[in-house]
Amino acid sequence: MKFVITKGKLAFAGLALALSGAASAAGGHALPYSYVADVDNLPSVQRGAKVFMGYCSGCHSMKYLRYGRIGQDLQIPEDLLKANLMFTSDKPGDVIQASMHKDSAAKWFGQAPPDLTLETRARGESWVYSYLKSFYVDPTRPVGVNNLVLPGASMPHVLWELQGWQAKAAEGEHHAEGGHGKHSPFTSVEPGTLSSDEYDKLVGDLVNFMAYAAEPGRSARQSLGIKAIAYLLVLLAFAYLLKKEYWRDVH
Amino acid sequence: MSTQSVASATGPGVDPGRRRFLTLATTGVGAVGAGFVAWPFLASLKPSERAKALGAPVIQDISLLEAGQKLNVAWRGKPVWIVKRTPEMLATLTKVKGELADPENEQPQQPDYIKGDARAIKPEILVMIGSCTHLGCSPTFRPDHPAPEIAADWQGGFYCPCHGSKFDLSGRVYKNVPAPINLKVPPYRFANDTTIVIGEDPVAA
Amino acid sequence: MAIVPNPHKTTGFLGWIDDRFPLTKLWKDHLSEYYAPKNFNFWYYFGSLALLVMVNQLITGIWLAMHYKPDAKLAFDSVEYIMRDVPWGAILRYMHSTGASAFFLVVYLHMFRGLIYGSHKKPRELIWIFGCLIYLVLMAEGFAGYVLPWGQMSYWGANVIFNLFGTIPVIGPDLVIWIQGDYIPSDATLSRLFSLHVVFLPFALVGLVVAHLIALHEVGSNNPDGVEIKKFKDPVTHVPLDGIGFHPYYTVKDIVGVTVFLIFFVAVICFAPDGGGYLLEKPNFQEANPLVTPEHIAPAWYFGAYYAMLRATPSMFSSALPGVIVMFGAVLMLFFLPWLDKNPIKSIRYKGMLTKVATMVFAADFVMLNYLGLQPPTGLGTALSQIGTIYYFAFFFGLTVFHKFEKSKPVPERVTS
Repeated sequence: MKFVITKGKLAFAGLALALSGAASAAGGHALPYSYVADVDNLPSVQRGAKVFMGYCSGCHSMKYLRYGRIGQDLQIPEDLLKANLMFTSDKPGDVIQASMHKDSAAKWFGQAPPDLTLETRARGESWVYSYLKSFYVDPTRPVGVNNLVLPGASMPHVLWELQGWQAKAAEGEHHAEGGHGKHSPFTSVEPGTLSSDEYDKLVGDLVNFMAYAAEPGRSARQSLGIKAIAYLLVLLAFAYLLKKEYWRDVH
Repeated sequence: MSTQSVASATGPGVDPGRRRFLTLATTGVGAVGAGFVAWPFLASLKPSERAKALGAPVIQDISLLEAGQKLNVAWRGKPVWIVKRTPEMLATLTKVKGELADPENEQPQQPDYIKGDARAIKPEILVMIGSCTHLGCSPTFRPDHPAPEIAADWQGGFYCPCHGSKFDLSGRVYKNVPAPINLKVPPYRFANDTTIVIGEDPVAA
Repeated sequence: MAIVPNPHKTTGFLGWIDDRFPLTKLWKDHLSEYYAPKNFNFWYYFGSLALLVMVNQLITGIWLAMHYKPDAKLAFDSVEYIMRDVPWGAILRYMHSTGASAFFLVVYLHMFRGLIYGSHKKPRELIWIFGCLIYLVLMAEGFAGYVLPWGQMSYWGANVIFNLFGTIPVIGPDLVIWIQGDYIPSDATLSRLFSLHVVFLPFALVGLVVAHLIALHEVGSNNPDGVEIKKFKDPVTHVPLDGIGFHPYYTVKDIVGVTVFLIFFVAVICFAPDGGGYLLEKPNFQEANPLVTPEHIAPAWYFGAYYAMLRATPSMFSSALPGVIVMFGAVLMLFFLPWLDKNPIKSIRYKGMLTKVATMVFAADFVMLNYLGLQPPTGLGTALSQIGTIYYFAFFFGLTVFHKFEKSKPVPERVTS
């Protein structure tokens, strides 16, 4: 199943982007959505890992993240890890390589798809979340798709089956989105297999996983911090009493 | 403002017991903290995840290994020998027993499941770390005999060119050589009849 | 030949050592019988904290160097290797990156303390000069360390700094190539910065810190009242009446300060090691790419003020040199402070309103410049930076005359508690 998706995506991607040229850098655009990743929500991060391996890892590597580390941190037993996330030839100590070869990727897309291990740290969680929700139909682009957050992006809308297609809302026109009362800069053109809420949740899971991947030690350092500060408070109490005791001498 | 700013430590209002207790307590708590701080520094010197990944179990197909031949495999950077022993070779193992330092494998140089003269899961297949227990050279495989340049009654085995240590065909060390103990047997298991996984113990039945 | 017995009358193992090495003498001279004024306040914590942070940088630095690869092809990956694959590596790296910022923070506060209480004034000019040299070395250390991860910010930050040298007339362009060892910042540049960062600069830093402390212990510590405690001594013991032994009184006090500092330090390391993009910049999570400049380049936060001055100075005679001169001049001014400050009174407590206000405005000005230096340039920002730059220099020259236009308070003979 995984490979079917990957191949379909590649065919589409190659077609879509052969002519699209290099992406311009993101300007100083305000992001349409904000998102704070929750790397401690294990089920969500696990789902995000599956989405990444299914939809992203065809083109994007995570060259600093080892499968074994994912299994350990996300509490996935090795057999489940092998069955759900890893490709047959991978060993637990291996890092996530893109299935597509870098050189051919560069040929099809004009540039090789970037490694995504550190993407949420380099761009921000809100940026990645917004980017994944901001593909819209744009007839001026060679293949008819553009991205509000990264105008002229070379990447196709890989998740289009799930989200469906949306168009940029006209200037000044805003549509309530998903009943949250938030205004969306987009209007739906063609629904996908997921509802708007379900799609948001899926993107949230994916960003949670990417935030985990960007810094697998995040939860560990936070729990270390609580212990270390608790210790320092004990030391502070003793040190303060000791200082008080000695300074009784000083008048 | 007083003219005498510092009273002596034994002056009025000073409780030397309290002072001593607080000094010791603060020092103690501080020393515990210093120990915790030292840990990340020491632990960071352990093999990294990359080193562990490179040291992962090695899967080796031995279907093409012929009787009497040796195959070298690298596991955790060290040479591991796989030798397919002939019945004649196995026969020498009991013959030389009297000349060996540790013929009954009393030193912990092998996993628990490695026992007997053959020091192997399947007697004909020897799996052994090829590092001399003297100073770490890799001994040479010398199944040929007689070999008077090694020993008058050489029955075949392993001979270390660095300092002349001698081992039998199960890697057991001879008496009166520089190496003190037998060659080490790594953990290994048979995935099937002709595939060995080096670095993993057999799956418990 | 008989050995001369040590004057401390120590016996046993300690006595054996004291006969051969001045262990007890050093302990007494610099700790138990180094008499410091008894009225140190909050501002006096930052000297010992700077020492603590330096030790942190040295030790974590040694450990990071065990895993880091000073090679343009491997550097970025080796930092991620430290962050992920080395056991506890992320904590060591955050201790070092957060420590760098903490170093500048405590040094800035330490310098401000010196400024307000007159610790740069006679007879402590050399302490101040050594301090300024430490600050210079620290800036070089900070810059070199900033480049080592070889991310986008490292690369382009290095590029901007090296190009400053390019503004020097005639030799500039060749000088830049010589410094870089290449036409752009490259592998050769990275290797030489690594060498400076881990060998030369730490040696210089430690040496200067020792000189700073030797000079301090020669003349004795200043205090918030700016009076010399050595004037009034006990006739019998010759101990300054307002002095207390550094050990135990200030050691136990500094332990409290250190513990409080560590709570904040650990909080940043464990809960906000990026510091909102100011301690670890977002573009530095992308590997250096000589073909693409990040949208917004800002220097490390601790160079913000100088960067603001650089940007605020217009180029003249079609040369960017004036900005560079202003920037380096701003650092150089610090060295002249002991001689520019003509006020006979040391401590701000007894100076007049004009000096007090001017000093507070100076501190605010420095913070403002620092902030502006980190923001993208705007018209208002540039105008404010220009005013701030002028004030920065004016303040130093103002110190020569402020006291003539203000009414000072009488300075007490002895410290107040």
